[in-house]
Amino acid sequence: MTLCECNASPLSQSQRRVSSTSNSTDMDFFSVLYYRFKKVWKAVRLYLVIAGPGLVVMIADNDAGGITTYAATGAKYGYHLIWFLLLLIPVAYYVQEMTVRLGAVTKRGHAEAIFESFGAFWGWFSLLDLMIVDWLTLVTEFVGMTAALSIFGVPAWLTVILVVLLMSIIVLNGRYWTWEKIALGFCLLNLIYIPAAFMVNPSISDIIGQGLIPNLPGGLTNELFFLLMANIGTTIAPWMLFFQQSSVVDKGLQEKDIKMGKIDTFIGSIITVAIAVFIVIVTGTLLNGAPIDDAATAAKLLMKTNHYVGAFMAVGLFDAGLLGAICISLASSWAFGEIFGWAHSLNTKVKEAPWFYISFFFTLATAGIVPLIPGAPLVLITLFVQVVAVTLLPAALVFLILLLNDKKTMGEYANTSLQNIVSTTIVVAIIILSTLYGVSALFPNLFQ
Amino acid sequence: MRTINQFFSKIREINQRYAKPTVEMSRGVKFSLAVLRIYLFLLVVLMIYKFITVIKVL
Repeated sequence: MTLCECNASPLSQSQRRVSSTSNSTDMDFFSVLYYRFKKVWKAVRLYLVIAGPGLVVMIADNDAGGITTYAATGAKYGYHLIWFLLLLIPVAYYVQEMTVRLGAVTKRGHAEAIFESFGAFWGWFSLLDLMIVDWLTLVTEFVGMTAALSIFGVPAWLTVILVVLLMSIIVLNGRYWTWEKIALGFCLLNLIYIPAAFMVNPSISDIIGQGLIPNLPGGLTNELFFLLMANIGTTIAPWMLFFQQSSVVDKGLQEKDIKMGKIDTFIGSIITVAIAVFIVIVTGTLLNGAPIDDAATAAKLLMKTNHYVGAFMAVGLFDAGLLGAICISLASSWAFGEIFGWAHSLNTKVKEAPWFYISFFFTLATAGIVPLIPGAPLVLITLFVQVVAVTLLPAALVFLILLLNDKKTMGEYANTSLQNIVSTTIVVAIIILSTLYGVSALFPNLFQ
Repeated sequence: MRTINQFFSKIREINQRYAKPTVEMSRGVKFSLAVLRIYLFLLVVLMIYKFITVIKVL
């Protein structure tokens, strides 16, 4: 053995030790990273399975009426009310997440829960009110869809037939899962306003400077107050409570899925407000100061400035009306099925749940015919939607909070004190503002 | 006629099934329901008033 070999041996052992420690540290790092990645990936996969009701209900919330409200907000006040729209994220989330808990724990829809907990009087009141509000809202969705496609030269009768056919294909497949994935596809189409906003080249500094700092342009005038109330009214609609709870039940979500259901609702509430903000950016950039009565007019005006942005607005309006129609007609059918004891699941075939599908198509077809009637009082219908919704929304919200405080039924998922403070504050604010909105719709000169 | 009878018997059955509220009628619940009744009553009065004024104009 040479000196070199003798000396080399202990050195290489030490080097080996260092190298082995370093390797083991690397291995530890990579195994931790791999473990974390697997954990996150598992959570993502679980989310993708459970995601649906929250996303669909929130994005469908941006229905034809909603698009009109946001377009008018941007055209009238530019970017100035973006901060107000952002405030609606927690409002929408806190109200809707309660339906997730209630549906997952009780396995009952909102209509059935009201009947069971508060008796037949309040049950019938809610059910009949829901039927009227849903039908009237459905008419406004058809008005939006026919107006949107008329921009591309499609006659109204053809739009109605196409929509009814399309919805038949979506609903009659006999699987909730398929229906939900198709609905999510239409939700993706609703993101069309994002590229539209980038195409109009808005000033980022103006958006931040004017939009993100709370301000009331021109002071709290009647017009501004009406528009703020309209934005709240379009964010929380009565059908949303009934729809999401029934959807959670039909999907079969359990107590263990509540956490993911809440995340789903939270992501949905962010997306719905983000879409609203992008619409405000589009109309605030190109149509600032233009009088906008409906989204179809906004689309036509936008086409004169930028053809593609106008086309995107029209496609988005059609998609919003379609999503709204899909959810609203289902909300009614689920509610009737729950109370009348009919089979009422999208997982059933027509033969197994005939009344569920008959009520679905009856609501859809009768609402679709109204915009085709020459001289139909569409303005009056739009006004009536706002007024009737005001009678149902407070009741549905109060029942929701009371049900979430029923510890006997809800157990550990009942509202905590903090949740009660937050949700009661939100609900009281919504009730006051939506009442003022409804009353101002009835008596336009009252607040002038 | 038979269908109408069946429909009404179904309504009666639903009314019987949900005759008794299952929620515990605490003071808070009773108060909330009372406020809701008053609220809805006032709203209905407003709507009727509006309806009558519109009819008068016509």
